[in-house]
Amino acid sequence: MRSKYSQLLSPGIAALAALTSTACSGVQSALDPAGPQAHNISRLWWLMFYVCTAVFIAVTIVLGLAINRSRKISGAEDLAPELEMPPEAETRRRNIVAAATAFTVVTLFVFLVASFFVGRGMSAELSAKQGVVVEVTGHQWWWEVRYLNDDASSIFTTANEIHIPVGTPVTLTLKASDVIHSFWVPNLHGKTDAIPGKVATMWFQADRPGTYRGQCAEYCGLQHAHMGLIVIAESREQFNSWITSQTQPAIQPSSATAARGQQIFMSGTCNMCHAISGTEAGSNIGPNLTHIASRQTIGAATMTNLGDHLSQWIADSQKIKPGNRMPPHNLSPEDLQAVIDYMQTLK
Amino acid sequence: MLRKVFRLKLLCVVNVAAIVCALMSVSCQREKRVFESSPPPAQSSQVTLSQIRPGAQTAASPASNDAENHAYDVNEGKRLFTQYNCSGCHANGGGGIGPALMDEKWIYGSEPVNIYSTIIEGRPNGMPSFRNKVPDSQVWQLAAYVRSMSGQLRKDVSPNRSDDMMPHKSEQASERKTPQNSSPPQ
Repeated sequence: MRSKYSQLLSPGIAALAALTSTACSGVQSALDPAGPQAHNISRLWWLMFYVCTAVFIAVTIVLGLAINRSRKISGAEDLAPELEMPPEAETRRRNIVAAATAFTVVTLFVFLVASFFVGRGMSAELSAKQGVVVEVTGHQWWWEVRYLNDDASSIFTTANEIHIPVGTPVTLTLKASDVIHSFWVPNLHGKTDAIPGKVATMWFQADRPGTYRGQCAEYCGLQHAHMGLIVIAESREQFNSWITSQTQPAIQPSSATAARGQQIFMSGTCNMCHAISGTEAGSNIGPNLTHIASRQTIGAATMTNLGDHLSQWIADSQKIKPGNRMPPHNLSPEDLQAVIDYMQTLK
Repeated sequence: MLRKVFRLKLLCVVNVAAIVCALMSVSCQREKRVFESSPPPAQSSQVTLSQIRPGAQTAASPASNDAENHAYDVNEGKRLFTQYNCSGCHANGGGGIGPALMDEKWIYGSEPVNIYSTIIEGRPNGMPSFRNKVPDSQVWQLAAYVRSMSGQLRKDVSPNRSDDMMPHKSEQASERKTPQNSSPPQ
């Protein structure tokens, strides 16, 4: 009998073990924390997990005992229900119920206190944290990222990619331009809603270098699932050199095809929505393309930023991300290649 | 007797179901949305149905604008009207640097193709040409929205809310104004 149970259980246990080990690491996992707040959240999560598992096991055991007991009773001759219990049995049951209720209340109270402290730890010290200030605006369906600075000439705009220095708190001001979005990078912090007309503020910090994926966590329309971003935590030197390169205006094309690409960009539909600093393109409807070639992904972390992907995207992004705001473009293959060449010079 | 009652009930149920189906098919049309449209031709089509100057502009146009039948397209037109900065001159339809679009006066014709060619060709005294700048499908969405401002569209497809404070009621709530020819403001 026992061996039969263990046979049934062992694949389940193996699957559970495999699940827990894979779910605990990754570029988008709340169980692989890389910052102080994410650590707090994951500790709370594990506390709840272990306590709830213990409760579940205890309840299952008690349930099993109760079933076993009723079986024993039904095996007996006397099937009449116990209407009048002996007083000592009555007291015993009352004590059991009281103890179980007290235990439940205490457990929930522990959860309450723990989550209170985790919550307070996440929002506290916000005013004191003034390392790097980044303004993130949710759009359908991409993230606009603006690095603020007291020196106006050092302010720049990028999209779907946030670089942060390791070990420095980063303050984020979150906005939304159309509908409610929610900013969520599980490795670094919990979710914060971005609501149109409001400014939400949060901060996070990465303790180790790495690339962490984020995702919109509030359903915001058709391509909500493809509204990702990446956070790249790097050393202070790398971060500073990235900032320096991003504050530069776009590189002017040197080759003939890239120059042709720039001409197509400026005379066609592209510059109705996209901006490239240092050129006449200055619209803020779509992502800023000043340094598009330096980014790792396109289409809000939908695809890696390769020439092939970029040309597919420009030719007909509706096939890749149906319903997105970028209309399809019927460029000749040479013109398309010229635009790609121009995009790839924008490092 | 009982059978008769049952038959009557059945008839009722069938009728109600038919009405619900009919209603649903109507609203489906309103909500229709094309996700994978074929890329537009490289050049914007060359329709010039009204003359570039005011005057003999009311050539009856055969072409209808399919965007006018779909709520999504009209709402996209509304979004683009702001984002492409049409409001910069037309001020949410009330007019300013450019003429008002929510009244009954039409200088270059009120048909969808007239509006299309106004956007594509531009007009004297300020309206720029957006040829090759705005894809055809979006021009039709904008044309549909422009007509919704003076109540020319069906009520159920016109936008029923504004994201910002507007000087007027929503397009859905605005009453239909009979188009009249007008000369440009002096």
